[in-house]
This record gives sequence, C-alpha cells and structure tokens, in this order.
Amino acid sequence: MTDWTNRVQEISGVNPRKCMKCGKCTATCPAYDQMEYHPHQFVDMVCTGRVEELMASKGIYTCLGCFACVERCPRSVEPANLIEAVRLAVIRQQGGNHMKPDQIPGLLNEELPQQAITSALRKYSKGG
Amino acid sequence: MTYAYFPGCTLKTKAVDLDKWGRASMEALGVTLEELPQWQCCGAVYPLAKDEIATRLSSVRALMAARDQGRPLVTLCSACHHVIKRANYDLAHDETFRSRANAYLAPQTPYAGETQVLHYLEVLRDVVGFDNLAKQVKNPLTGVKIGAYYGCLLLRPSRQMAFDDPENPTILEDFLRAIGAEPVVYAQRNECCGGYVTLEDAGFARSRAAAVADNAAARGAQLLTTACPLCLYNLRQGGSVRTVYFTELLAQALGLKEGQL
Repeated sequence: MTDWTNRVQEISGVNPRKCMKCGKCTATCPAYDQMEYHPHQFVDMVCTGRVEELMASKGIYTCLGCFACVERCPRSVEPANLIEAVRLAVIRQQGGNHMKPDQIPGLLNEELPQQAITSALRKYSKGG
Repeated sequence: MTYAYFPGCTLKTKAVDLDKWGRASMEALGVTLEELPQWQCCGAVYPLAKDEIATRLSSVRALMAARDQGRPLVTLCSACHHVIKRANYDLAHDETFRSRANAYLAPQTPYAGETQVLHYLEVLRDVVGFDNLAKQVKNPLTGVKIGAYYGCLLLRPSRQMAFDDPENPTILEDFLRAIGAEPVVYAQRNECCGGYVTLEDAGFARSRAAAVADNAAARGAQLLTTACPLCLYNLRQGGSVRTVYFTELLAQALGLKEGQL
C-alpha cells in the first residue's frame, strides 16, 4: 500500500474494504457523469492503492458534498469522506490550491450568496 | 421563550429576507430569537476530515456561548445548521476532537456537546406547534401548490442530523399545510441543487437546479420553497419555478408581510 493510500484512510477515517461493490453510491450520485472515476470506482481505487491517479482527477472537485452516497451506502463506507480526503491530500501541499482568493472577484455576480464563496474556498483551498 | 440564535453570514447580506421574516414571524408567535453576540462564520461546509480541528472551532464557540446562556441554539440557514449540528455531534461522540477543541479554546467549563441545536422549523413544529400555528394564520395560502425543497444539508447524514426521515421527510409539507397551502411532493425534493460547484461550473449547477424544478413543476408545483440561500440561488439561476424562502411564506400567512405570491 502506498503512503498516500494510508494517508487518505487516516484523514477520512474510512475503511474502503467494507465496500461490497453494490454501486449504489454511483447510482445515487448527482455528479457521477461529471467524474472520470465514479464513486464506486473511487472507493475501489483507494482499496487497490491507486490514490495518485485519483489525486490527478477532476472528479475530486466536482463532488457536490450532498451526502447522498453517505446516506444510502448499505455498508456505511462514506465515499464522500474519501473524496474529500483525496482532495485534501492535494490542496494541503504547497501550491496545491484548486481555487485562489484572487480568482473570486471574477466569479461574482449580484445574486451570488456568501455561502457559495465560503463553501468553494473551504473545499478548494487551504490558506494562502 | 427566548432562544440563542445564530444567523450566519449570508443571512446578514444576500439572504436578508430569510432572516428578517424568520425573526418577525417567531416574535409574532411568542418566541424570541436573541442573536448570539460576536458569532463567527460557521465555514459553510462541514469539514469531513477527522484531523480538521481549527475549521470546526467557530461552531464550538457558538455552541459554548449558548451553553453559557443556558439556552438552546437555533439556526435558520441549512448550511449553518448542518455545520453546527455536526460539530456538536463530534463534541459528544469523538473524544479526540473534544479534547483538542477544549484544550485550544480553554473554556471555564469543558464542553462536551450539551447544547441543544434546533433548526427554526423544529421550533415551529415542536415549540409553537403546527396546529397552533394554523390557528394564528391570518392570510392562509389557500389553493397555492408549493413544492418543499429540502435539499441535502438538513437531512443528511441522518445519523448526525436527526432532522426528519431522510428519504421521506414531512416537516416542510406539514408547515405548508399549517399555513393553508397545498404541498406538492416530488422525487427531487431531497436531491442536490448543484451546491457550491455553481462557482466553478455554473452550467452543471443550472442543470441540477433545472432537474429539481422541472420535476416539481411536472407534479403541479407553482412555487418552490427552501431554507437554504445557496439552494435558492441555484434554483433561481437554473430552475423554471419561482423560489422563495419558507419564512417569507410564513410571514405572509401571519399577516406580517404584504404582497402577492
């Protein structure tokens, strides 16, 4: 097992080996077709030590954090928590931020709630 | 009866209507929401990583402040409610987090999740009572078909949120009946609106919102209602059905807010 695999299991507290591969997480995910690796594949790839491929994938930024997979998983695997741990493994690195505060002014519009900005920055960046 | 109240950042700015009509309605129903002094932003998203401590501390401060006042803590924004309720759950159930949060904040009395965290709708249901609310309605929304949009954050994960049945919730429909409206039940009412991804991929968020609104419209909804500023934004950007905060409907039914639906 790679260091990254241990690291994401440690950050998330998730044991991906509980997965029985029923696919319900992917079936219920509202963003599944936005991800090159669907949630059930994501869990499997953590199991088999392919975390660096996940770290390079766009899907870690398209998880909506809606907890549909967490709620509906019959084995309490919590796929969303694994996805967040992989994203953190990336953005906690120096220069690893996916979104920077100076990008925000260009993304604003008159109606956009503060909640959206705070959420995105919390999900996509770590300080500086 | 007075409750400690955590409004959150968005309710002070873009979601003023959610806050203003919420407070006015509760006051009219005999419940005072007293804003916590010096509350801080909850962070908007609950940190899922076990080793994230600092990002949960603003919630812990609010929970401790309510405990010190001896009052339950009421939230109105779905996101604030989600974050604060889960941080409180962690303080009661995760010894590592509890000891680290207490070590950092060093309160006079250690905190272990004692504060009761209530969503505004729970106060309406369990303290005011929907039957009692119905009796105080001055302008019933008779004949208006309204789809309750729960979204994600109030309901899931149900083990921590303990808000309502996560797949077949009823609290918003019961509320709508109490103010005289006709609730419309539709499949997408507890599926995601597109959330914060709207910032980076507005097209995708709009497609999610359209799926929600189209489903509600197909079931006959003339209006959608929500407790979440981000859901409201996404539904207004991408949905085909007019969307308002549930506190606006409440204030209108109580005769506090003028205007037509």
